[in-house]
Amino acid sequence: MKAKTLFDKIWDNHVVYSIEDGPDVIYIDQHYIHEVTSPQAFSGLDERGIPVFRPSQTLATADHNIPTKDQHLQIKDELSRIQVEKLTENCRKHNIKLFGLNNPNNGIVHVIGPELGYTRPGMTIVCGDSHTSTHGAFGTIAFGIGTSEVEMVLATQCVLQTKPKTMRITINGNLNKGVTSKDIIMYIISKLSSGGATGYFVEYCGTAIEKLSMEARMTICNMTIEMGARGGLIAPDEITFDYLKGRPEILNQSDWESTLTQWKNLKSDPGVKFDHEITILTSEIKPMITFGTNPGMAIPVSGFIPQSGGQDDKDDASFIKSLDYMGFKPGEKISGHKVDYVFLGSCTNGRIEDFRAFASIVKGRKKAPGIIALLVPGSRMVEEQVKKEGLLEIFNDAGFELRQPGCSSCLAMNEDKIPAGKYAVSTSNRNFEGRQGPGSRTLLASPLTAAAAAISGKITDPTEFMNN
Amino acid sequence: MSKEKINKMESTCVPLPVENVDTDQIIPARFLTATTREGFGENLFRDWRYLADGYVNKTFILNNPEYSGKVLVTGKNFGCGSSREHAVWAIYDYGFRVVISSFFADIFMNNAINNGLLTIKIPEHSVQNLIHLIQKDPQTKVRLNLEAQTLEIVATGEIVRFEINRYKKECLINGFNDIDYLINMKEKIVDYETRKRVHDENRNYGYDFEGW
Repeated sequence: MKAKTLFDKIWDNHVVYSIEDGPDVIYIDQHYIHEVTSPQAFSGLDERGIPVFRPSQTLATADHNIPTKDQHLQIKDELSRIQVEKLTENCRKHNIKLFGLNNPNNGIVHVIGPELGYTRPGMTIVCGDSHTSTHGAFGTIAFGIGTSEVEMVLATQCVLQTKPKTMRITINGNLNKGVTSKDIIMYIISKLSSGGATGYFVEYCGTAIEKLSMEARMTICNMTIEMGARGGLIAPDEITFDYLKGRPEILNQSDWESTLTQWKNLKSDPGVKFDHEITILTSEIKPMITFGTNPGMAIPVSGFIPQSGGQDDKDDASFIKSLDYMGFKPGEKISGHKVDYVFLGSCTNGRIEDFRAFASIVKGRKKAPGIIALLVPGSRMVEEQVKKEGLLEIFNDAGFELRQPGCSSCLAMNEDKIPAGKYAVSTSNRNFEGRQGPGSRTLLASPLTAAAAAISGKITDPTEFMNN
Repeated sequence: MSKEKINKMESTCVPLPVENVDTDQIIPARFLTATTREGFGENLFRDWRYLADGYVNKTFILNNPEYSGKVLVTGKNFGCGSSREHAVWAIYDYGFRVVISSFFADIFMNNAINNGLLTIKIPEHSVQNLIHLIQKDPQTKVRLNLEAQTLEIVATGEIVRFEINRYKKECLINGFNDIDYLINMKEKIVDYETRKRVHDENRNYGYDFEGW
């Protein structure tokens, strides 16, 4: 049999029908929905007078527009409240399981799917959210879709997709001090640019990836979309199986051993050819931070802002526009620059490990005066874990408070907005103009670098706060 | 939103020579609380069209009365970032029917086609050339022939060919929707589920990994 990539194996196993000179009809195993990109899809079903085809294969949560304080009270913003109520109504009507506000399983869709055991190796997964790529960390084909496609999945459990090309990124070596999986993916995006992987589906492998926890792997797959890739995946291994064993949805199933046997086959065949191959050594990677207005514009925290956009053209208009927006100058050193806000959270870095990392730096220290910090757990389960592990006390002692779960300041649909002109070191995934509020200036970084900024009040290499 | 058929068309163009235009610029997140598909055009490129104090930003191209038309010509990697289909609804609602760039973000391209907005991918130098012509003369027109997959610059007669797969071309020309296609495929989908034992009582584990 012809050697196949893991991506090809999962894709081919889900093709219902191939249209000649057109896309494939792909069957979707697990569909996630949230309040912002689903209402128009449900309206579409209603207009056609058709039901949800397979309600048990869709799971819903409210996460994008919800407040991260006083969640037991009514949502103040009227349009947001209506949107969340609409989701509840649609789920009830169509018999879809919903982990809404105040449910103990509520949280960001890409945090709760894995932690509850809905996301499993070998699956196809979609959601009306580009960061659906997160679930690829479990050896799945997971990608974001638009609302019309959400409607298609609700109606038929299928989408029409053109098969992407495959890219393998091999990352070998041990991580330098202060380097996390966030820095790895930011480094890769800075090398490939924000559109550099458009048309591809990426498989990550190598000795560095093999050692990463599931949380860390999710961060990498999550941000794969930021270089334009359709998604990213990692072959499941013992770390994956250990993570999944005992998760609530897994416990509902009977035959763990035979499942495991099947999952262990989920890997690319030896000698298989990818359309594109990249190899990276971890020794090249330092703690990273963005300086511009797309995730590809990143440099080491210890580095300097480039003189141009990396092209020969010296007056690269988009590059200059970006630096103007950020209030930075070409060639400037980035560390030492003043910071106003720090955001720990999002589907990129809102998991328990991220809170542990942040705590490791702030423990026994104090938040810098003038810094406003938003610490937002990715889910209720993460919030509980933070309390159980004593991290909350560490945060409180250092002058931080913990908020309630949600997407929060990552896209600032709720009131967690960064004011115009202010600088925010953010563990989220996008530094687009106005992403965290009109006029806000975002500097993407890891939880360690965010913690270092929160303590020092300025952009600081986290290794300065690390002993060994 | 009702979807118009698209095939032959002639129009002036609006140039937006910015690279990596993300969907947060096209429609900022704070306008995503709507539960219908209508009215997003009003807030298209909101934070570029208006200054922080609410006044019209006269330097932005959409506020320049010299430029109008159904065709937006823009820099590479247009539509990157968030999967929000609201971005396409906003562009369409504003009145554009075609976007030309050297490449588009994948999800944006799918969303566009599902709403009858044609994305045309042409080489970077052709995009630059076209932007140049439009900037020099705002009356520069392009003539689209989707059936023939050509874009003609009317003044110069220059013809640029573009690629699109046959299925998607048929959908746009005839105003067909993917969802109708899929609904008509129900039988095949149920067959697939049966074959793969998706609906066995332990479907999550009993999934048939034949041939792996």
